[in-house]
Amino acid sequence: MRIEKRLQPSRTMVLMSPVLALVLTLLTGAALFKLLGHPAGLSLYNYFINPISDWYGVSELLVKVTPLLLCAIGLMLCFKGKVWNIGAEGQFIFAALISGYVSLQLLQAEGFWVLPVIILSGALAGMAWAGVAALLKTHFGASEILTTIMLNYIALNLLLWGVHGPLKDPDGYNFPESALFTDQTLLPLLSEDYRVTVAIYIALFMLAVVWFVLSKTLFGFQIRVLGESARAANFVGYNSKLLIWMLLLFSGAMAGVAAVSEVNGPVGQLIPTLNLGYGYAAIIVVFMGRMHPVGILIASFLLGLTYVGGEMVQIEQGMPKSIVGLFQGMLLFFLLACDLLIHYRLVLPNSAIPSFSSRRSKQVVS
Amino acid sequence: MRRIRFSPLLAILAILFSASSSADPLKVGFVYVSPVGDAGWTYMHEQARQIVSEEFGDQIETAFVEGVAEGADSERVIRKMAKSGYDLIFTTSFGYMNPTIKAAKRFPKVTFEHATGYKMAKNVGNYMTRDHEARYLAGMVAGAMSKTDVLGFVGAFPIPEVVRGINAYMLGAQQTNPDITMKVIWVNTWHDPAREREAAESLMLQGADVLAMHTDSPAIIQAAEANGKYATGFNSDMSVYGPNAHLTSAMQHWHNMYRDKIQAVLDGSWKPTSVWHGLKQGANDIAPIHSDVPDEIVALVEQHKSQIVAGDRNVFQGPIYNQLNSIMVPEGSQMSDAELLKFNWYVQGIEGKIPQ
Repeated sequence: MRIEKRLQPSRTMVLMSPVLALVLTLLTGAALFKLLGHPAGLSLYNYFINPISDWYGVSELLVKVTPLLLCAIGLMLCFKGKVWNIGAEGQFIFAALISGYVSLQLLQAEGFWVLPVIILSGALAGMAWAGVAALLKTHFGASEILTTIMLNYIALNLLLWGVHGPLKDPDGYNFPESALFTDQTLLPLLSEDYRVTVAIYIALFMLAVVWFVLSKTLFGFQIRVLGESARAANFVGYNSKLLIWMLLLFSGAMAGVAAVSEVNGPVGQLIPTLNLGYGYAAIIVVFMGRMHPVGILIASFLLGLTYVGGEMVQIEQGMPKSIVGLFQGMLLFFLLACDLLIHYRLVLPNSAIPSFSSRRSKQVVS
Repeated sequence: MRRIRFSPLLAILAILFSASSSADPLKVGFVYVSPVGDAGWTYMHEQARQIVSEEFGDQIETAFVEGVAEGADSERVIRKMAKSGYDLIFTTSFGYMNPTIKAAKRFPKVTFEHATGYKMAKNVGNYMTRDHEARYLAGMVAGAMSKTDVLGFVGAFPIPEVVRGINAYMLGAQQTNPDITMKVIWVNTWHDPAREREAAESLMLQGADVLAMHTDSPAIIQAAEANGKYATGFNSDMSVYGPNAHLTSAMQHWHNMYRDKIQAVLDGSWKPTSVWHGLKQGANDIAPIHSDVPDEIVALVEQHKSQIVAGDRNVFQGPIYNQLNSIMVPEGSQMSDAELLKFNWYVQGIEGKIPQ
């Protein structure tokens, strides 16, 4: 048995693959619930429907979606240009540290400029952190995959240093947390009853901007060319180094805004456990969303739902926490499996189907 | 624990039963920071939940959510529990303090209890154990059993709660071994067995032959067992993780506090209080001591334990010196609870500095 490349992957199936993956995940999930001794129907209801059965639930999903979507918007552009930025997590954390510092300085400040300054500081900090990786890539040829991952750990340790040290609440009994932010440094809530902030509007606006840039502008075209082949981009006179810089900086800025949406939103102070993995989860979102703005919007809701749904089945049915990781893992696994079978096909030994010039086709596994 | 199983017969029975019972049970929720597992901090809270759930029978109905990250997620879980009709919610990690206070503002009719914090509100109380008392006793055993005169301690975060335990351990060790010293490694996590084990290995390389930790997993016991060294556990009896290495464990028992608080809510007499129970109230104890430990040491530990229970001895009674050999607690006096809550210095004999 071997796997060979299909000549022409079906376009419909490329779009259907996430749907197929979702269906397979749900089916496997149902079987799994059954095995755990829970009724499958009720468990799936509690996991995927119950959490969003009222406005409060929907609002909480939006709280989860906001940072996820913001990170994913930046990563989508990077990945389209085949710049593998795995560092949204670190850019998020570093931006949280800097914008948190700025927020703490502005606790008593009043005026319309306070929040814009905080958001800007977050975006700039995220850009600076991504800029390190951009510099290392364009000047020294260092793989951005490695540098961005390493920068994630550096950022985390900087945050820990900050909350254990200079940014610690002076009245906080030496506990590693900053003082609570005051109201004027917190993003406005959409409604007093919910925790969603205006950051969700920023996310949706940026999504529209990115969609426009990708589909309607020369810059968007250049990104796609860079993604196809960096050499080709250079031949036609695009400055691929500049493009790499722009992509990483934009992605850093988005991760920075995501950090502000979280720290100056539902959290409301700097804490050592800020990093809930949005930067990593956003990578799944981008791939599940087929690197398309509408796709990542849907995918970020779906992934957000796996988190809040996991909490729901814990409260309602006493299921273990690991169910969340399991669902996310299954989703990604089935997606990758579907993708593989769209681009490649299984050829059984003695297969009756004549293999079209199999010698020229690319063999992956034999 | 509420578990829904789909059996029509059971469902009918349940409906009949709930219709016939007079009052609705009090719904009590627990929020845990790590998975329940088989040992450690969350495991002991879960043990206590099972005990009170058994005791109160159909007066209460309990549920828990495990592995809830400290941060924005925890407020959602707490609010979701409050919204789903829970009357009393225990949040069992320091990082839940502000989320609990925030959620409590939204749900003034729900009662909240937060473990190991310092904030209170109209409907928020807090509670913790004097685990330093059990640590002191474990430290006495550790000091006696060290041949290299070096103890190793794996700490989670340099907060007063942990610093207090480290100092108590050292003061206990000094009771049985005046030459004892101690090295500390901070792992900046409550629960990460791989990092805890790594820290333990590194402490042993630096000469430590008895280990202790203020983290949630039994990883350091396993590390000591693998290297033929000793260790003392924390939270629960961790002897199964190292039959040869495990000297004793400084244990925490939460059920008495949970029983009191639940009873108060049932009676309608609940008020926001700060409860801090120790050896005396049975909130702390040590696990059975290993047979390698000489009898006279076991007797001495028992003696100190009964003195603490009787109030004749305090873990932090003078004279206590700091690392610079200057006296911090003079002979004849002891540290107040307010000072203990802000503990941010090491006693003499501990090496290194508290990260500030």
